Amino acid sequence: MASNTQDAAHGAAEAAHGSAPGMPQLDFSTFGNQIFWLAIALVAIYLILSRVALPRIAAVLAERQGTITNDLAAAEDLKAKAVEAEDAYNKALADARAEAQRIAAETRAEIQVGLDEAIAKADEQIAAKTAESEKAIGEIKAGALESVKLVAADTAEALVTALGGKADEKAIATAVADRMKG
Amino acid sequence: MGKLFFYVALALVLVSGVIFAPEHAALAIHPMDQFNVASLTGGAVGTFAITNVTLWLALAVVCVFLLMVVGSSRRAIVPGRAQSVAELTYGFIYKMVEDVAGKDGVKFFPYIMTLFMFILMANFLGLIPMSFTTTSHIAVTAILAGLVFLTVTIVGFVKNGAGFLGLFWVSSAPLALRPILAIIELISYFVRPVSHSIRLAGNVMAGHAVLKVFAGFAGALGLFSFLPIFAITAVYALEVLVAFIQAYVFTILTCVYLKDALHPSH
Repeated sequence: MASNTQDAAHGAAEAAHGSAPGMPQLDFSTFGNQIFWLAIALVAIYLILSRVALPRIAAVLAERQGTITNDLAAAEDLKAKAVEAEDAYNKALADARAEAQRIAAETRAEIQVGLDEAIAKADEQIAAKTAESEKAIGEIKAGALESVKLVAADTAEALVTALGGKADEKAIATAVADRMKG
Repeated sequence: MGKLFFYVALALVLVSGVIFAPEHAALAIHPMDQFNVASLTGGAVGTFAITNVTLWLALAVVCVFLLMVVGSSRRAIVPGRAQSVAELTYGFIYKMVEDVAGKDGVKFFPYIMTLFMFILMANFLGLIPMSFTTTSHIAVTAILAGLVFLTVTIVGFVKNGAGFLGLFWVSSAPLALRPILAIIELISYFVRPVSHSIRLAGNVMAGHAVLKVFAGFAGALGLFSFLPIFAITAVYALEVLVAFIQAYVFTILTCVYLKDALHPSH
């Protein structure tokens, strides 16, 4: 009985296979074959994709992303460097200007000190010369007075003698001194 | 100039229709013959026999290999054409998995990528005239959908334990309605693999059958065979679109189901 039904089923399948308008999709006798080869194909594609293709493409995409990021970072870096260089240049410029001003001020101060010194020295020299001159003038003045006194005494003595008097040296000296004072 | 070529081509079609018209125009249309599974070595179709299924599945694997492995073999920072397509496909599916299934769905990405690449390549290979379309067979799509159903169910229970049953218990609905909704949700859950598989096989099979029917008309109409030939051209263009869209739909539904397994709350 069992073999009978099996035969019948087999016959029906054969009939479905042979007849033109039947649907080959419903021919169950080919299912085993299709499923067997499908399993192999799916496993093959899965292995190809998961072992080789997908990691490789992921790596390529990551590498590209990395390259782009690196390039952007490098550009950012260079830009920062340019700004830094500009700052350094400006700073150097300002430093140089300040240095120049400092040197000018220093030089001016130095010159001032030299000038002050020279003026002081000159003043001193002038003062010394003045003092010397005053002393000389004083000496000359004293010398002149003494000479006048002598001349006056001599003249007075000569006058007294010429007039026939007897010259008293002491009296003459006193008289001359009185006259000189007044 | 283009117009002239068009008329010349039209005249050629008409003349060839007259010359090659069958003696007795018979309406010999066998739209389903293209889906026959046959052994390439002759003999019965046993489980391990090498059949046209084997050949076209192998070609799909080769195409995936050519695009994804050979295409990306240069690892160029600035990609060429093949590498661009491979990267585009990668990005397209990766973003889909991430957007639809969420961040924790990303570890299923190779699995979903396998499904997408296989269906896409099988669909496009099936559009080559005289080829065999593996995805037009329920046996193939049922296995694909069954795999997704099993994966989703197992992942759901492993990740959430009994909490996965919360998928069927709509806590935002009124309490009285919940048992009814639970039954509906349960039925819809188990119908998923059926619709998932039949949608793909049905779309592909219907398009190919329509092409064959029009081809049969072209053979029978003689002088007026240019009409079905134009129709075939239009349907073929539509089929190219369907080949991609069905692969896309199958993949995005897989992502949606996976999202249910990872986050069963409504």
